Amino acid sequence: MAHVNDNIKAYKGFRSITLLCLVVLYAPLVIVTIYSFNASQSITNWEGISLRWYADVFTGPESEKFKVAAFNSFTIAIIAATASTAIATLAATAMVRGGNFKLRTVSFGLISLPLMVPEIVTAVATLIFFNAIGFTRGYMTILVAHIAFCIPFAYLPISARMQGIEDSFEQAAMDLYATRRQAFTRILMPLMAPGIISGFLLAFIVSLDDFIITNFVKGAGVETLPTAIFGSVKQGIKPNIMAISTMLLSISIVMVTISYFVSKSDNTK
Amino acid sequence: MAAGAASGGSARADTYKDARGWLLLPSWAVLGIFVLGPVCMMLIYSFLTKEFRGGVIWEPSLAAYDQFFFDRGLFGDEPPKIEWTYISIFWRSIWQAGAATLLSLLIGFPTAYFIATRPENVRPVWVFLITIPYWVNLLIRTVSMKFLLRDQGPLNDFLIGTGLIDSPIHIVNTNFAVQLGLFYSYLPFMVLPVYAAVERYNFSLSEAAADLYASKWTTLRRIVLPAVKPGVVAGCILVFVPSMGSFLAPDLLGGAKNFMIGSLIEEQFKGNAGNWPFGAAASMILLTMVLIILMFSARQQAKADKAGG
Repeated sequence: MAHVNDNIKAYKGFRSITLLCLVVLYAPLVIVTIYSFNASQSITNWEGISLRWYADVFTGPESEKFKVAAFNSFTIAIIAATASTAIATLAATAMVRGGNFKLRTVSFGLISLPLMVPEIVTAVATLIFFNAIGFTRGYMTILVAHIAFCIPFAYLPISARMQGIEDSFEQAAMDLYATRRQAFTRILMPLMAPGIISGFLLAFIVSLDDFIITNFVKGAGVETLPTAIFGSVKQGIKPNIMAISTMLLSISIVMVTISYFVSKSDNTK
Repeated sequence: MAAGAASGGSARADTYKDARGWLLLPSWAVLGIFVLGPVCMMLIYSFLTKEFRGGVIWEPSLAAYDQFFFDRGLFGDEPPKIEWTYISIFWRSIWQAGAATLLSLLIGFPTAYFIATRPENVRPVWVFLITIPYWVNLLIRTVSMKFLLRDQGPLNDFLIGTGLIDSPIHIVNTNFAVQLGLFYSYLPFMVLPVYAAVERYNFSLSEAAADLYASKWTTLRRIVLPAVKPGVVAGCILVFVPSMGSFLAPDLLGGAKNFMIGSLIEEQFKGNAGNWPFGAAASMILLTMVLIILMFSARQQAKADKAGG
């Protein structure tokens, strides 16, 4: 493309709107992070910096509840992300390396179904399903639901990555008498690693973050961090909630950042 | 996808052609049993009779849909009139989602355009900055928004401190707060497709327009916008659809007066007061609306692809 003068491309005010956009996106998170270090008992007054609300999360009256919820959240996120990444990797191999086939479009539609159906509808449907088959709601129902809706989030980066890898690598390996399984595990998998890692991380975050579906299928007594936080927030925002929120949002940001840099690294060149 | 096939030039790779059945089996099984199956089950439940303490009685009935659309009086023996309660909740959801979409477009379009006109090596950094907040827990983001906007919150403190206002502005528990919350929830869905479209746009067209004495705003309206329209339409749908069925933003920022579909559905499955068939019917109506919008957009997209290729 010929170089076009910046004066023609640029619009006055667009830069300010972009900066405004960033302020709106980050201000609430920054403010909550700052107030999580507030020494005051009230969330309105500022009384200096302190870590007391972080200590409260781990030792305070609600700490037992948060500990159990955190255990549930993290174990579910790890298992669901692992399972959905494995399932998505197999599906991506069939979709990207399986030639043309009739059910391609249907398969793609099925994989992206959790993205198209509104979350609250998936939540209602899953609740009804477990009720109809007489499955008691609890840890297992949350886990199964999470594995299902994490699949598209794991699938998208993995298939995008695989599309960028030419099949000549595997063909060369197989010409040199590697079995197809070896070509997959020794050639294709290492090349796909960045896609698989970022798929896993995205699935992990999505599972860790989910509130609506979890809230419907969790049953009585089983809580994850988002449902525990929601229950607590219903009675008003408390300082310890801001501390726990700050910890969770830091985890998400760190994982997304890792995912970003991993997927940027290109080892096929 | 058509573009990918065309640029690749060769046939689709088929190293794993004969194994694809086995490779697809796990995803078909999990998504078929735990997503598609449940949606079908929900359709059935919407035609069953309600059990008073939650759950259903297996007797076919149209009561759920009837209750949604018609008012037959307290004892159910009066001639049916249109029931406006639930229709107006749906209407409010559409309206709120529409307002949030418009807000996202007004802020998101200039942002996407600005990012797409940055030097090529810094664009990913901008995109990354816009998407980070999306990955932070939606509940935490909504709670943070509420904390910021409260009457005694930092925003009002700041505005009063600078002398711009004398008394706090009430934002929480208004329609506007919900729109702001939805905007905050789904903004990246607007920015990303618009950005992708503007990035592909050939700026020589803007130059040609400028050479022919078009003003900058005329160029934007008559040349740029039509060219990036598919991206804008995709962005609007990606914001509108999840906004319509959202639960957290209306629940936490809107209060009881700003009830949306999400809360109506949620209420049917909480505690003992719920009506499962009615909740299933409301979910079916929401799902149908969403599928119509998605089908419409898929057709638009196909048309645009045809015109483009």
